[in-house]
Order: sequence, then structure tokens, then C-alpha cells
Amino acid sequence: VTTPGLREFVLEPAAGAGDLPAAALAALAEAFTVAAERSGVGAHRRTWLDTFDWRLYRAGLTLEFEQARRGGRLLLSKADGTPQAEQPVTSWPRRPVLPEDLPDGPVGDRIIVLIRPRALLPIVRAVSTATVSRLLNADGKTVARLVTERVTVTSAATADGTTAELPLRLSVAEVRGYPGQARRAASLLAGVPGVAAASQSEFIAALTALGRHPADYSSGVDAEITAATPASVAVARLLLRLLDTIERCVDGVLRDVDTEFLHDFRVAVRRSRSAIKLLGEVLPAELTSHYATEFKWLGDVTTPIRDLDVHLLGFDSMVGQLVAASSADLEPLRAFLLRRRAREFRRLAAALRSARFRAITDDWRKALLHVRDAPPKRRREPTAAALALLTTERAFRRIVKRGGAITPDSPPESLHDLRKRAKELRYLLEFFTPLHDPVANRKVVGDLKQLQDCLGEFQDSQVQREEIHALADAMMAERAAPAATLLAMGEIAAKLTLSQAEARADFARRFARFAGPAGQERVRVLLGSDQ
Amino acid sequence: VKIFATYNIKGGVGKTTAAVNLAYLSAEDGYRTLLWDLDPQGAASFLFRIKPRVKGGGKALIRGTKTLDGAIKGTDFDHLDLLPADFTYRNMDLLLDGADKKPTRKIAQLLRPLAAEYDHVFLDCPPSISLVSENVMHAADVLLVPLIPTTLSVRTLDQLTEFVAGFNGHRPEVRAFFSMVDRRKKLHQEIIKDLQAERAGVAATPIPSLSLIERMSVERAPVTAFAPRSVAARAYRALWSEISPASHGPARS
Repeated sequence: VTTPGLREFVLEPAAGAGDLPAAALAALAEAFTVAAERSGVGAHRRTWLDTFDWRLYRAGLTLEFEQARRGGRLLLSKADGTPQAEQPVTSWPRRPVLPEDLPDGPVGDRIIVLIRPRALLPIVRAVSTATVSRLLNADGKTVARLVTERVTVTSAATADGTTAELPLRLSVAEVRGYPGQARRAASLLAGVPGVAAASQSEFIAALTALGRHPADYSSGVDAEITAATPASVAVARLLLRLLDTIERCVDGVLRDVDTEFLHDFRVAVRRSRSAIKLLGEVLPAELTSHYATEFKWLGDVTTPIRDLDVHLLGFDSMVGQLVAASSADLEPLRAFLLRRRAREFRRLAAALRSARFRAITDDWRKALLHVRDAPPKRRREPTAAALALLTTERAFRRIVKRGGAITPDSPPESLHDLRKRAKELRYLLEFFTPLHDPVANRKVVGDLKQLQDCLGEFQDSQVQREEIHALADAMMAERAAPAATLLAMGEIAAKLTLSQAEARADFARRFARFAGPAGQERVRVLLGSDQ
Repeated sequence: VKIFATYNIKGGVGKTTAAVNLAYLSAEDGYRTLLWDLDPQGAASFLFRIKPRVKGGGKALIRGTKTLDGAIKGTDFDHLDLLPADFTYRNMDLLLDGADKKPTRKIAQLLRPLAAEYDHVFLDCPPSISLVSENVMHAADVLLVPLIPTTLSVRTLDQLTEFVAGFNGHRPEVRAFFSMVDRRKKLHQEIIKDLQAERAGVAATPIPSLSLIERMSVERAPVTAFAPRSVAARAYRALWSEISPASHGPARS
């Protein structure tokens, strides 16, 4: 009957909290008789869904679950309300839903590639009641409908369940064959003081009413620094931004919502460690030495779970590579990994609930805030730009030197070490992104990424192969390894050896591209372009 | 899509009231329903408070310069749309005759694009034997024939059945029902009883002659909508359940 999204208005809060205000009715009475619709409209329940890092929103999509008397449906639309896909579902749980548990259908098919491996979380729940009025012409014929929607929204992301009332939403629905009358009704409404054209989608309006912003989480480093920011202040801001990410992810890690909470957590920890090591000279020395130890501990306690996650996330593609063995042969390995993960998870949870962890987050924040907000003491403190130039150049030169010394006969450790140095340079480039020319930055990062991928493939293949061996030993010890499983694992280990050899063969070319004369020129342009 | 047409050579036999109420009941069952008011008098349009006017008139529709789709109006009821009458429909015979190589198939052809949009189409046909009524008979799947219980109307039904039997290919099913029945008249009851026994396709439900049905023109709504529990409304509902496809299979929604 009604065309959703057609000529929508919101009633500004100042216009009064009552039902459809007298002013709007009076305006419509100029051209129509307003009559109540005979059939009442019941409460309408919806839940908007997205991943923790807003992947659907960032892709310009809105997903909602609309509850019906029995079951319901998933509706996927563009940000402007254009429908994209819809799918009936029997129900939708209040807990997070992992991509592999999405029901099959056009909506699931469309979003799974976007969200994988993140879980779909309820973001906002809404209960709305609509009142429909009919607008009649002189013949008593319904020529348009006015839908007045009262919406109460509840934050589903926070435990406190904050609730808010949205501004009353009015929409004019067209009756087929009477487009002019709907336009007339809309223009009459638009002229009423306090009635404004709806400029936001209901989802965004709901978030705003709840004091939230879309895309209010990202795992990136986007600290507010400029070239002239004193170096100590810039580094404190950077580390505070990383601490925010760590703290925002803890809850998701502890509830084991999806693997990416821990991944983002660990990246922020690693970045913090690198920042302390490479930029810590501008911070008080006793502070950096203490927290270098603490962040190392945090990295170490989270490693076993992440390693298991990597195995499990890549399990299906690993199975797909098997030539001789069958996929069923590897199932005991999956079961073993899951058992081990459950055990390791308990250890991780204990660490993240410990006083030691709380001390890190609380005291570290206090110390950083102190640095950030302290009045400048030393008269000639370097700026962020000077620090960026010094440290980036140093990190690059180190890579050129150490990488240049690697020959086909060098031990694997020399490549592993180069990988760490490359990661440090990458972090420095990320930290100081706001200071660099974007084009020059993209060129350097592009080449660096290629080199990192090659070094990563080389090391990861080796580590995974060693882990497969260790897992085989552990499974044997627990008598959890049938012969077929061990043979299949052997096949996987062989594949990993091949990948490592390929990465090794590729190294010289990748390194030359990044650190050769042209690469050096790109870095010179990047650092020379700084203000 | 299933096409129903109410037709009788005579006027004033309850043809339009039947079309309006049956279309309403079809929509109420959840079928997407269109009623085309083909009668230039526009009684069905009037009953839905819709102006009997089509942009460009019957000429534009028959010649195809305007589509039926663009002329359709939403009624006040869910799932029920109306294609209004137009005074130019009085010349429709001439228009149909000049339109095409197959002048008796034109209305069927015009309705084809609407097949995806509607489950049921009701054609309210003007009285008379003309090219328009012949078109309607070719387009319809079910020909609903209201009969006043007189001896003459029996002859009319036989003539119509014979005429339709002579069609090549598609032939509509002829379903007669008694209309404007006065239960106090003994003759009415006798004729009804005899015809139901002698002829196939005569509905068991008669529509009584009631002042409430005449009140439709005051209320300007189907009696099934404004007095859904009345005797009149119950009679139309019983008739609809006899002829509705739901009596053979489940409704859409």
C-alpha cells in the first residue's frame, strides 16, 4: 500500500512531542479531508546489523532484520534506501552470527564475501508504531496516505541498552494514479514550521539519537598529528590511539565473537611495541623500558590462539590443495586444533582479566595523557616532522643494508630479521601518514608491501611446516592421529616447503624493486616532500 | 492471471454491483485485482469514487498511444485497482473495428502486459451485443452472467451459451447466477429450481434483491466493504466462494 521512503519528513523535537501536530493537520486540511485508516497498524520490530568494523556501512549498504508474526526477513539496501536483496529467515538470534552460519539466500550470498571472517552483530533495535491517515478529495476518495511513525531505538552494541526516541517521522504514500495529490500533500507538509525533510536514513537517525556515529571503529592508525606537533605529544597521541583499539577489542576477544577482535588487538599491541622501540626516545626512559616488557608479554600471551586461528581460518583452502589425501583425512586435525584452541582460550581469558593487564591499560593511559597534556618543557624539542624524517630514514637505510647483504646462501634467519625491519618501516609510514604526500606515500608503501608479502610467505611457510610437525607429534602423543591424517599432514607440509622455496626465489627481484636506485629515489621524494 | 467478465445483454440486472463486490472480495482474499469499467456510464467508477475519465479516452487505449497501465487508479482498498470508464467508450465499437486485423481479440491483447501485475481481472461490460462484448467474451476465462428469474432470461442464457460454443480455440466458461431475486415471489423460486436442475454452470447462490445493495450508490463503496456482515454481503461472499479459484486451490496470501 505504501511506498517506503517516499517524501519523508521528520518532526523537529521543538515542534512538540504529541501526536501529529495540529499545525500539520491544519495545513493538510487546506486541500484534503483527513480520515483515520480503518485497519490499525501494529508494532513493527527491526534490528540493524553490521560487523564491528562496519563493513556493510563502509560498502554503502544497510542490512536489517525485520520481524514478522512468524519468522521475518533480511533486507539489504543501499544507504539511500534502494532495495538490493531480500531473504525470508525463520528467526534471527540476538547473539553475533558468524559468516559460515548465515542462512543461504540472496542476502547471505551478497554479504558473505564482504564480512568474512567477521561476525554480524546487532547494532540497533527499533520498535515502531505507525498511524495511517487517509487524505480524501472532494469525492471522499483516498488520494494519498499519511504515515506517522513513532520509533523507539535501543543500542544493541552496548550492554547498558541505551534507549532513545526518534523524532516523529511523517511520510506521504502515493495512491496509484494520483501522483499529483501526493506531491500536493508533501508540499503542504513541507511548509509547516517544525516539519523538515528527512535528511538521514532511519538507521543513521537511530545512531545519532543514541549518541553514536557510524564507522566509529577502525583498526587503522589515524592519530591527530601535524608536522609542527611536538614529537613527544605526537607519539603520545599515536600510542593513545593504539590503546583505544586495544581496549575496544578486549570485550570481543573475551566473548570470542570472531577472530578479528584478537587480530586487531594484536596488531595494535605490535604497533605499540614498535612505536616504543623506534620513537620512544622522546618519552621518559623509565616509562618506555617498563611498557616494552609489558607489551611483549601481551604479544606473547595472545600468540598461541592467533596461530590456531590462522590454521583454522585457512583450513578449508588447505584441504582444497590436497592431491593424494582426501578432505576427511584432515578432520581429526581440525578437531585437535579446536580442542587445543578451547584450552588456550582459557589461558588468554585469564591473562586479559588479570590485574597485570588492567594495570597496563589504566596506568599506560594516565602516563600518556600526562605526556600529551604537559606544557612544553624543553625549549628545542623536535617536531613530529623531524622525528618522522629521522626515524623513517634510519629504518629504510637499515633495510637497504641488511637486505643487500643477503645472498642465495644466507640462512633463513637473515630473511626473518629483514621481515621484522620491513614491518617496522611499514608501521612508521602508517604512523606518519598525515605528514606525507599521499601519492609518494602510496608508491613507497606499494613496493614495501610486495616485499613484505614475499618475506611473510617465506617465514610463514616455514613456521607452519614446523607447526604441522609439532602438531603431528602432539597428536601422536594423545593418540589422536590416524595414519591417514598424518599422511595428509605430510602432504600439506610438502606444499609448504614448495611455497617457501618459491618465495625465496622471488626475493631478490622484490628486494631490488623496493631498495634499488628507483626505490631509493621514491623514498627520497617521500621524505623530501615533508613540510 | 484469471479474467472474469460480468455480462448480460440486458441492463439493470445487477451486473455492475456483482463486478464491484466480487472484485472487492477477490482483493480481500489477497489476490491482486483489477476491475476495468468498460461501461461508458461509469457506474463502477462512481461506486469507487473515481472520476470516469481516461487521458486520451478509449481511442488512446485501443490505438495503444497510451497504455492501460498508465490509466489505472488505486481504489481505497488494498490489492484492488480500477481502470476507469470514459464517456468515449460509447464509441468503442467503432474504435475496435478500425483498430486491427483481429478486431474481436483487441481487449485480450491490451490486457496481456498486465498479466504479471494482477492475479484477477474483472471486466464490467456494457449491456448489448456488440464488438465490445464479443471482445470481452474472447478475453475472459469466466463469463459471469447475472440472470433475473424470468422465462425470457433463460432463453438469453441459452443463446449466449450457444454463441460461445461456436468460438474457435479459447472459450470462456459460462457461469450464470440469479440476481435481484425476490424470495417472496413463487415464480422466482420455481424458475431458479428448474434452471439449476436443467442447466450446468448455474451457481447455487442467488443474489437477493435488497435495498442495502441499492444503497451502494449512496455509500459509494461495495456493500461487502461497508456492511460486511449483512445478508447482501454474505450472499456475494457465498457466490464468490463458488466461483473463486480458491475453491479449487489455495489463495496467494
